[in-house]
Amino acid sequence: MARVIVDVMLKPEIHDPQGEAVLSASHRLGFGGVTGVRQGKRFELEIDGPADSAALAAIEELARELLANQVIEEFTVSAG
Amino acid sequence: MTFPGSLDDTDAARAVRYAGAEPVPLWHADRDLRGVDAVILPGGFSYGDYLRCGAIARFSPVMAELVPAARSGLPVLGICNGFQILCEAHLLPGALTRNAGLRFITRDVRLTVANTDTAWTSGYAPGQQLLIPLKSGEGAYAADPATLDELDRAGRVVVRYASSAPNGPAPNGSARGIAGVCNEAGNVVGLMPHPEHAIDPLTGPSGDGLGFFTSVLQAFAGAGLAGADK
Repeated sequence: MARVIVDVMLKPEIHDPQGEAVLSASHRLGFGGVTGVRQGKRFELEIDGPADSAALAAIEELARELLANQVIEEFTVSAG
Repeated sequence: MTFPGSLDDTDAARAVRYAGAEPVPLWHADRDLRGVDAVILPGGFSYGDYLRCGAIARFSPVMAELVPAARSGLPVLGICNGFQILCEAHLLPGALTRNAGLRFITRDVRLTVANTDTAWTSGYAPGQQLLIPLKSGEGAYAADPATLDELDRAGRVVVRYASSAPNGPAPNGSARGIAGVCNEAGNVVGLMPHPEHAIDPLTGPSGDGLGFFTSVLQAFAGAGLAGADK
């Protein structure tokens, strides 16, 4: 049993209105030093066996197929 | 085609009936297109928009039948969530993202028909303006610049949000004011606004949307449709 983490973010060129809303709210709360926010997703996957290179490659394929929309998102996969 | 969370399938069926054709219910879990002549993916919130809008619906058993049929020329119309599903299934390019300004927009919008060669828009005149309800939170069309250029070059933008300026800002921030696109062959069309909610002036802002449903009848070469005018 092992854990694999997949982080998904919008590509930098994609407009992120949620991030902008969080930024505005941060400022209203007085955190004026925060100058930018981008919002993404974190997936925590439990897998059988070790998080070796074969397992990570399989999760990368899952990320490409399902967890991320590669038109607008990019992802990273790491052993957790 | 009904998925868990589809909302506007009933109104889409009503529009098909208004157009003089026979609506046939298709179920997400059935690997069966039931011999239909065309397919409509309706609006709504399939799978609660979990993961991403349309991301889970695209893997439904019925989609395993639809994708090859669409690639072989079956007319397919994706409305709102249906458009999102078609993009997730890669039957159409690009993706739909959260509306600029984050507001869910429920508003009648003016559209300009930019392509009247598709199976679903052949009954309109080029440049015709339509008044159609928009009803979505994630309707901002996005694609990389090369794809957007190709869509423009190939005339594959089917409807645009009309504004005073060409390619002016869309209410939801859609790239280049794009409200709907088609595939290369023109049999698969997706759009964010809801033509099924504008098929008669009693129940909608206009009857301008009915043309989507009557146009496709002309694509049924040789199909015997009882009661439909050819």
